[in-house]
Amino acid sequence: MSAARRRSVCSLGAALVALGMVPLVAQQVSFDRLLRADREPHNWLSYSGTLFNQRHSLLTQVTPANVKNLELQWVWQARSLEKFEATALAVDGVLYTLQGPPVQGRYQVVALDAVTGRPFWTYEYQPANEARPCCGRVSRGLAILGDTLFMGTIDARLIALDARTGGVLWNVEAARLGEKNTDKYAITHAPLIVKDKVIVGLAGGDLGVRAYIAAFDAKNGKELWRFYTIPGPGEKGNETWSGESWRTGGAGVWNSGAYDAEANLVYFGTGNPAPDWDGRSRLGDNLYSDSVVALDVETGVLKWHYQFTPHDEVDYDSTQVPVLVDMEWQGRPRKVMLWANRNGLAYVLDRVSGEFLLGKAYVRVNWMEGFDKSGRPQRVPGKIPTRDGELIMPTVLGATNWAPPSFSPKTGLFYVSAWENTGTMAVEGQFPRGFGVAGTGGTPMGQATLTPNTKKEEDGFGVIRALDPKTLDKKWEFKMSDITWGGVLTTASDLLFSGGKEGYFFALDARTGDLLWKAALGGQINSGPMSYSVNGKQYVTVAAGNALFAFALRQ
Amino acid sequence: MRPTQIWIVTLAVTVAWAGASLLAQHNTAADIEDGGRVFQSNCANCHGPDGNEVAGIDLGRGQFRRTMTDQDLIQIIRTGIPGTPMPGNNFPVEQAERVVAYLRSVAASKRSDGAAGDAARGHALFDGKGTCATCHRVSGAGSRLGPDLTNVGQLRKAIDLERALLEPDAEVLGQNRFYRVVGRDGVTTTGRLLNLDTFTVQMIDGTEQLRSFVKSDLRDHGFVDKSPMPSYKDKLNPQEIADLVSYLVSLKVKATP
Repeated sequence: MSAARRRSVCSLGAALVALGMVPLVAQQVSFDRLLRADREPHNWLSYSGTLFNQRHSLLTQVTPANVKNLELQWVWQARSLEKFEATALAVDGVLYTLQGPPVQGRYQVVALDAVTGRPFWTYEYQPANEARPCCGRVSRGLAILGDTLFMGTIDARLIALDARTGGVLWNVEAARLGEKNTDKYAITHAPLIVKDKVIVGLAGGDLGVRAYIAAFDAKNGKELWRFYTIPGPGEKGNETWSGESWRTGGAGVWNSGAYDAEANLVYFGTGNPAPDWDGRSRLGDNLYSDSVVALDVETGVLKWHYQFTPHDEVDYDSTQVPVLVDMEWQGRPRKVMLWANRNGLAYVLDRVSGEFLLGKAYVRVNWMEGFDKSGRPQRVPGKIPTRDGELIMPTVLGATNWAPPSFSPKTGLFYVSAWENTGTMAVEGQFPRGFGVAGTGGTPMGQATLTPNTKKEEDGFGVIRALDPKTLDKKWEFKMSDITWGGVLTTASDLLFSGGKEGYFFALDARTGDLLWKAALGGQINSGPMSYSVNGKQYVTVAAGNALFAFALRQ
Repeated sequence: MRPTQIWIVTLAVTVAWAGASLLAQHNTAADIEDGGRVFQSNCANCHGPDGNEVAGIDLGRGQFRRTMTDQDLIQIIRTGIPGTPMPGNNFPVEQAERVVAYLRSVAASKRSDGAAGDAARGHALFDGKGTCATCHRVSGAGSRLGPDLTNVGQLRKAIDLERALLEPDAEVLGQNRFYRVVGRDGVTTTGRLLNLDTFTVQMIDGTEQLRSFVKSDLRDHGFVDKSPMPSYKDKLNPQEIADLVSYLVSLKVKATP
């Protein structure tokens, strides 16, 4: 602290005494706090709770025995009628969240009192008219470091806000927007904070950008490194793209990453290659699309990668959040990564080396029939888009999509919200027509409001599945009539919270899948739940429709 | 365009403005004041406190790039101008009318003039003798308790700033009001009010913490009548006041698009 600042604080202290104020110690969210977020279960400091992305709360006030007594505490309704996909941050009694902007409208970023839901401040940002995100004007969350909040925008800007006031500290261009589709970058996920860096991925894969992951200095927004998810000429992997297709190959990044401090690696999933459903112009494996990439956090240099779906022609984005787990694997401790992929397969990878340990279908899959020794999927011949149509399972929208899963160290189970029984009749050169859910009326894409559902089970349904990570076998499941875009939260009292397109927010027994409680929220749930506590009272929140709901036990 | 032509065009649009100000007869002083607040928080960042910082446009003098009626202006305020940085603000019609009424009133008022002082000396006073950073913040330095002044020159006129220094109680904007709560344990907390409802109150306190209180948990609560901002009438001499105003007027940061 400078001498001038000390004097300033001293004179402020004197003034406060005169005004009868009692000074408190302001707490900043240091990176050490983010790294050890498990030490402060009353807070929720990053998108999935910790940098391991387990979306597991250590709070135990709400239990399977009393969860039936949950009641609504407050609702915060956003101005925008877009889907509300963000998970809020909870920091010492204050919630921070944001809602995406309507067309020609503004983002709303708010600091809410975690007890009453009343706003302390609101910041609004109007993205440039050139912003054309492919699949919704959404944001999945904020990040915090020190006293600063970070948001990415659909016009590819990275903005730093003062967490006490909502004032803008800096606003930088994370990618240059232009008129062509190949310039249509966007940021739709919560930034990842590692040390003094803000790390984001650029979306736009469906539009044919060449995507990248970049680290920015948290102090001033200066770009520190950039990793292109498609290698350039002369770089290893560029040969997996025929001709010039690497220039417009997509591989967008639109969900948050994870960090392992011992390995000093950040992990991000990458999206589909472009064009999505016709791979003839981009022959080859199309690295590093549909992959997880492990990058050195200091330099952005690739340490390893694993490609889930080589030469994807069905749009199997691999932008699920990586879930990091330390567990016993075949008799010895191992640092692994769990991943339930849009392509219908669940995976266990060694997160230090990238070694493929196990892969298994967790929904009906017909595009592959096993793995070779290296973990490369063995395709079923003919399961590609054709002029006459071909049933490919899972559907174009996937066995799961971006909704965040959960791992409970208490039960040892990995929980995924999935779509079952859905397939794709892909048509050459056209948007694939869907069998099942997409073909029975109504859009399968998430929306804010409820939509009619007339599906039979064979048309497709949503399901919460509990998987044993040691075998990837299913332990139990909870079926919904309609599909789901809701994420999963577990707690140390063996509760699981989730919701879906039907608008129910529900609690299950994490050991059995039994339904224990539900609330109809009147809008689709397109977000991951989270939990926090204030003054010893536990709250559970979820966004549904265009509002954020907070529940706690009746008193 | 030659200067004579510009003058003629300016005259023409000014006449058009004056001739179309039928809405004025319905606007009260309170309406104009409200319009001013809306202008300061939504428009001044680009147009400047006097409305003359966008090339070719002087809102306070009714000078535009083309002829405008009040209805034209209300429409533009609400929907913006496509292809330009002017965004739509989606105000209710009545609020847009009040902004137009405020702009008309600005034309009759004294213009900002920070030239009498020395901004560099004012900066030194801000950090030193004036102890302004005790409560205010500029470009990330100083306290968050009072209003952030990083951009105050873009939002407030020199005469308004001078008045705030000499008579801080004369006008305290709603967003700068202070509130005091006394808990059942007798602990008093005072801070800048951020939000207030029938049952709760939210503020930023002297340690720059965001605080929320349930009124039923309090022994006492209410607005602090006097501004915590001291008058500088007897603390700084007229030249120092002019220097400080010059510095504040110089604090202009246009918003990033």
